Amino acid sequence: MARFRTWAVIALTGALSLSLGACSSTGGKRAEDARNAAAAQGRAAVNTPRWTFAMITHSGDGDTFWDIVQNGAKQAAVKDNINFLYSHDDDAQQQAQLVDAAVDKKVDGIILTLAKPDAMKAAVARAEKAGIPVITVNSGSEESKAFGALAHIGQDETIAGEAVGDELNKRGKKKALCVLHEQGNVGHEQRCDGVAKTFRGTLQKLYVNGTNMPDVQSAIEAKLQADRSIDSVVTLGAPYADTAVKAKGDAGSKAEIDTFDLNAQVAAELKSGTLGFAVDQQPYLQGYEAVDLLWAYKYNGDVLGGGKPVLTGPQIITKDQAAALAEYTERGTR
Amino acid sequence: MSATVEKTADEPPKTADERILQTSPLKKLLSRPELGSVVGALAVFVFFAVVADGFLNASSLSTVLYASSTIGIMAVPVALLMIGGEFDLSAGVLVTSSALISSMFSYQMTANTWVGVGVSLLVTLAVGAFNGFMLTRTRLPSFIITLGTFLMLTGLNLGFTKLIDGTVSTKTIGDMEGFPSARAVFASTLSIGGVDFKVTILWWLGLVALASWILLRTRAGNWIFAVGGNQDAARAVGVPVAATKIGLYMGVAFGAWISGQHLLFSFDAVQSGEGVGNELIYIIAAVIGGCLITGGYGSAIGSAVGALLFGMTSKGIVFAEWNPDWFKFFLGAMLLLATLLNAWVKKRAEATA
Repeated sequence: MARFRTWAVIALTGALSLSLGACSSTGGKRAEDARNAAAAQGRAAVNTPRWTFAMITHSGDGDTFWDIVQNGAKQAAVKDNINFLYSHDDDAQQQAQLVDAAVDKKVDGIILTLAKPDAMKAAVARAEKAGIPVITVNSGSEESKAFGALAHIGQDETIAGEAVGDELNKRGKKKALCVLHEQGNVGHEQRCDGVAKTFRGTLQKLYVNGTNMPDVQSAIEAKLQADRSIDSVVTLGAPYADTAVKAKGDAGSKAEIDTFDLNAQVAAELKSGTLGFAVDQQPYLQGYEAVDLLWAYKYNGDVLGGGKPVLTGPQIITKDQAAALAEYTERGTR
Repeated sequence: MSATVEKTADEPPKTADERILQTSPLKKLLSRPELGSVVGALAVFVFFAVVADGFLNASSLSTVLYASSTIGIMAVPVALLMIGGEFDLSAGVLVTSSALISSMFSYQMTANTWVGVGVSLLVTLAVGAFNGFMLTRTRLPSFIITLGTFLMLTGLNLGFTKLIDGTVSTKTIGDMEGFPSARAVFASTLSIGGVDFKVTILWWLGLVALASWILLRTRAGNWIFAVGGNQDAARAVGVPVAATKIGLYMGVAFGAWISGQHLLFSFDAVQSGEGVGNELIYIIAAVIGGCLITGGYGSAIGSAVGALLFGMTSKGIVFAEWNPDWFKFFLGAMLLLATLLNAWVKKRAEATA
C-alpha cells in the first residue's frame, strides 16, 4: 500500500511538471481562443421582434460541411435577433417528420434542404398552408420554386461539375476519376455528370463507402494501382481529398488530387501544392443568407433571386487564393 | 409461457397445484413484459410535456404518433420474431426494397400501380421465406443469415435502381392509374376534429391488435413462445419449429411491405440507398418493450410502447429545442434503463410468485 502511494505521488508530480513545462507555443486551445476574441462580436443589430427560424437539413451526424452552414446561420441569427433552431436527419422520412415538428411548433420561418425532394413535398406544402415562409438551401434548385419556396440559395451541382471539367482541361488532364462517397445522393451524381460534360478526357466513376475512411483509402488506392494512366482524382467532399492524397502516396501514383468543398486541411494542402484545386460553394453563405433573407422577408417582404436560384458557387480555389483562406477555414467559416 | 392449462374433471380439489393457483391482479400486472416500458413511456411523456413548448398540441402529438407508427409497424413483427428467438438484420433495407420493387415494376410495365403493389408483396414475402428457409436448413445463427441478406439487399437496391432507372432514385409514378387509391390506403391523412392523423397510425394499431391476438389466443402464439423458449423441447412435443420460424420471417416481410408502400405512396419517389440502420431501431423498440434477446419472452403491445418511446424522444428533442447531436445518447441511455427496469420487474414478479 505504502509503495503504491509513493508511486502514485511520483506519477502525479511527473504528469504535472510535464504538462506545465511542455506548453505548445503554436496552435491548440489558446490559439483558438485568440481567434475567437478577434472574431465578430455577437450582438443583435436590429430591433425586430425575436422570431424563431428552424433549419432542417439532410446531413448525417457530425458533418464538417454542415457545421460551416450552421456557423453562418447562427451569426446571421445573432445579428437579426433570431432564435435559431437546427435539426437534421439523413433519412428522408425522418427529415420530413422534423419539418412537420417545426410546423407544429409554429416557427416563423423554415430553412430546409431538398436533397430528397419528393419526400419533402408534403411537408413543405404543410408549412405553406400554416403560413410559414420557406427558403431552400444547398440542394433542390429545380424543385424549390415548384414547391412554393421563397428562394433557393446554393450551388447548381451540374454547373459546379462543369467548372471542374473546364479546370481539368486547362491543366491538360486526360483521364480523371470521380470518387462518389455517398451512394444514392443525386447531387453527387450531378457533379460527376457535370465534370463529364465539359471534360475532354475520359472520366470514370468510383463508388466508395464514405462512412468508412480506411475503406475509401483502399478503394482509391486499388483503382490507382490498377490504372496507371489516371492523372487526376476528383473527390466530392473535403475530408476525402486528404484520404485520396494518402492513397495516391501508397499507390505511387502521379495523379493530381482535386476536390469539391473546403476545410482547414484542404486549404493547407492547396497552399503546399499537395492538392491541385478546390471548388468551393461557400457553405457559410448558404446558412447566413438563408437566415438573413427570411428576416428581410418577415421585416420588409423582400425576396431575392427573382424566382431563380441564388448561386453561392462554384468558386475555383487554387494555390494563389489558398493562403488568404487558411485563417477562415481554421475558424470554421470557409 | 402463456400455454392454457386444461383442468381435468377428476382432479382432487384439495391439492394446491401451482398451475391453477389464483394470482392477484397486481401480481399479474407486475409479470407483464411491457410494464417497464409503460412506466418509462409515461415518464418520458410527462417530462417532455413539462420541458417542451408545444409538445401537448394536438398537431404535435399527431406528428409524434406518426413518427412512432413508422417505427412501430416494423417493431411489431420484429418483436414476434424475437419472441421466437431470432433476429432480422435485413428488415431495414427490406422496406426500401419493397418500395423500389413496387415503383419500378409499375413504371417499367406501365401497369396499374396496384399490380406493382401486389408484385412487391410477393417478392418481399419471398425474401422473408428465404431468410427463414436458410435459417432452418443451414442451422446457422440468424444473425449471420440476415446479415448476409441485409448486405445483398443493400447492393440489389442500388444496383437494380441504377440499372433500370439510370439514377439512384426511382421515377415518379404519381400520374399513373391506381396511384390515388393506393395512396389513400397506404399514405392518406385523416382529419379528426381538425387534427390531421396519418393512416399509418391505424395500420400500426391494427398490427398490434392482430399480433397480440395471435400471441395470446391462438395455437400459433404458443408455438412462437415455445420455439423461442426452448427449440428442442418444442420440437420434441410436436411444435412445427421450422414452419413457425419461416412464418415469423414472412411476418417481418409483411411489415416491411406495408412500410415500403407507405414510403412510396407518401413520397412518390424512393431513394435507393435508404433504410440502412433502421433494423436496429426496430430491435431497440422491441427490446425496450420487454422482448428478451434470448427469446421466449415479450409482447406486441410492448413493441408499440417501445416505438412510442422512440417517437416521443426523437420529436420531443425538437420541440424542446435541444441540440439533436445528443439524441443518440438519450436513445442509448433509454435502452439501457428500460432493459434494466424490465429485468428488475421480471425478477420481482418471479420472486413473489
